[in-house]
Amino acid sequence: MIRDFGLQEFWFLITATRWTLVLTIAASILGGILGLIVALARVSVFPWLRATAAAYITVVQGIPALILLFLSYYGLSKAGYDLSPIVAASISLSIYASGYLGDIWRGAIQSVPLQQWEASTSLALTRGQQYRHIILPQSIRIALPPTVGFLVQLVKNTSVVSIVGVVELARSGQLINNATFQPFRVFIVVATIYFAICYPLSVASKHFEVKFNAYRAS
Amino acid sequence: MPIVQVEDLRKSFGPLEVLKGVSLTVERGQVVALLGRSGSGKSTLLRCLNGLEQIKSGRIEIAGHKMSYSAAALRDLRKDVGIVFQSFNLFPHMSVLQNVALAPRLSKGLQKSEAEGIALEMLSKVGLLEKQGAYPDQLSGGQQQRVAIARSLAMQPKVMLFDEVTSSLDPELTQEVLVVMERLAADGMTMLLVTHEMEFARKVATTTVFMHQGLVHEAGSSNAIFAEPQTKEFRQFLGNAA
Amino acid sequence: MFDLQFAPVIASLPALLQGLWLTVKLSFIAIVCGASLGLIVAMLRSMAPPKLRWPANIYVELIRNTPFLVQLYIIFFGLPSFGVKVTAVEAGLLAMTINLGAYSTEIFRAGIDSIHRSQIEAAQALALTPLQIFRHIVLKPAVQKVWPSLVSQFVLIMLTSSVCSFISVEELSGAANTIQSATFRSFETYIIAGLMYLALAIVLKVGLFAAGSYIFGRRTRKPLLPASAMTSPILKDAQS
Repeated sequence: MIRDFGLQEFWFLITATRWTLVLTIAASILGGILGLIVALARVSVFPWLRATAAAYITVVQGIPALILLFLSYYGLSKAGYDLSPIVAASISLSIYASGYLGDIWRGAIQSVPLQQWEASTSLALTRGQQYRHIILPQSIRIALPPTVGFLVQLVKNTSVVSIVGVVELARSGQLINNATFQPFRVFIVVATIYFAICYPLSVASKHFEVKFNAYRAS
Repeated sequence: MPIVQVEDLRKSFGPLEVLKGVSLTVERGQVVALLGRSGSGKSTLLRCLNGLEQIKSGRIEIAGHKMSYSAAALRDLRKDVGIVFQSFNLFPHMSVLQNVALAPRLSKGLQKSEAEGIALEMLSKVGLLEKQGAYPDQLSGGQQQRVAIARSLAMQPKVMLFDEVTSSLDPELTQEVLVVMERLAADGMTMLLVTHEMEFARKVATTTVFMHQGLVHEAGSSNAIFAEPQTKEFRQFLGNAA
Repeated sequence: MFDLQFAPVIASLPALLQGLWLTVKLSFIAIVCGASLGLIVAMLRSMAPPKLRWPANIYVELIRNTPFLVQLYIIFFGLPSFGVKVTAVEAGLLAMTINLGAYSTEIFRAGIDSIHRSQIEAAQALALTPLQIFRHIVLKPAVQKVWPSLVSQFVLIMLTSSVCSFISVEELSGAANTIQSATFRSFETYIIAGLMYLALAIVLKVGLFAAGSYIFGRRTRKPLLPASAMTSPILKDAQS
């Protein structure tokens, strides 16, 4: 029986959006923590740590999110962990996020002006104190625009996790399409919902960019 | 028939009126030095003469062109009125020869070989023939400015405008540019120069115009003006500048 | 714990390589078409008066704020409902081109905007037309400035081609899907596929940077960093 795309179908999309948001938030938090570790490793004084982090970033940025998803999903099950699709998807997206956030934050740390390092060193702060009180707070300002910009990428990449069985927004759209055979209508609505989530983030990112540049100019 | 005629020129940047009714006449072959403090409007006046700034009111007629701001009219005017900028503005991705030969080829529609011929001629005029294959970042400031002069000359303009062309140069490099300009003047080019080089103005310019706060305060033959400054502002300016 | 058997996957190597080849072809066409589209839109936008720039802006924002998968679905499933028949490969190519077009037009715009006004003025003073100015004065320096960003974006669209597997295009990911369902060696299959993508990404990056050196001649300039982006000597070794 072919249904028509009506309010009920629209509501199905909205409830699926819930999972899109859950995945994004989970991956942001987990990926953020992991990404911070990667970033700090990437700028550490130990060459082997830097190299490992560099390799990690290169690999994560050199393969599609989809493949990363498969690898972590099947890798985890091979390691004996039987995880629900949403948990597995969250973990893979976290790894994906950490590879990009780590690189962004590494760039932000390295963008903190030389003088700040010199000033804090001459105050006899330990490296840890330098990071905590001087460097990281300033990196945050530099990192904010690209980080928010990456969140947009993250939201969009949740669309591929349907392949491991999570019925998030894109997958639910496909299901509705299979039931209604009104692809244009369905996917335009799906696109609109994504746009409603992503566009404010994009605007925020640009806003921070301008604000940060104004700060630097002054 | 004067080659440059400016009547009651007014120009504002937003609320700030920079030119408050400037009038000027230049005959063919004259070399006019425009002097004045920063903010006196001298650079703005110069840029109005080739349409880089749009006037609010007044009349400009230069090299036979009545000032009109349609794109085609401006392009026509700029084939006859050349300008050299303070910051040279050479095209960094092109060699010296390419920089100079570009406009004859594209604006005047000459063949590549013909354009390059003119370019080489102009480059030897400014004494940089051997640098034709170099790129701007390989040249000193003085050399870059001379290339910029050659680039303007390649269009064979009737009037040349010089906007503080030695102001960003180190003192040692200023001389080589002034020598080229002196030679141009001797060859009969009509030139208007905004400059801080008092000695040069006194020596080379036939006419000197002193501007102050958007108006012409003094204008006349250089010898007369420098010998007997009429207005107190000019006296002050000379006192400071000397 | 980890019982890895690569043999069945190695046996299916030809199929994987075929998928890789399709990925290469798709990416190449998408890069050429998408970059051209992006450049044309950027040029039109730069020459148009500010009030007429909104179509390009809408195009960019729509593409950049929706997932590629949804764009793909709209083309593949949506176009037939208007009577336009597309194969999966055609839909994939079209989606990739439109997608790259939006991202690259933003990158080109940044490059174009970075050309200093004085350069334009100098060209205007030489009586060049706006089109001549764009072609001879603006284009090459602008693209040179943003070449690293462009290269990253090209690599990204190559990786994005994997999503075309969702509509059964047998590029590398699609081939990997087929093989792993036949051999049941999923992890191993995706490791090989991942390595192939990684190799392709590296080759693409190195190749495009080399091409950049060649096109932009004599010396490649590093991407312009903000004034405060000086690295500390402590971190100097960290920059590899």
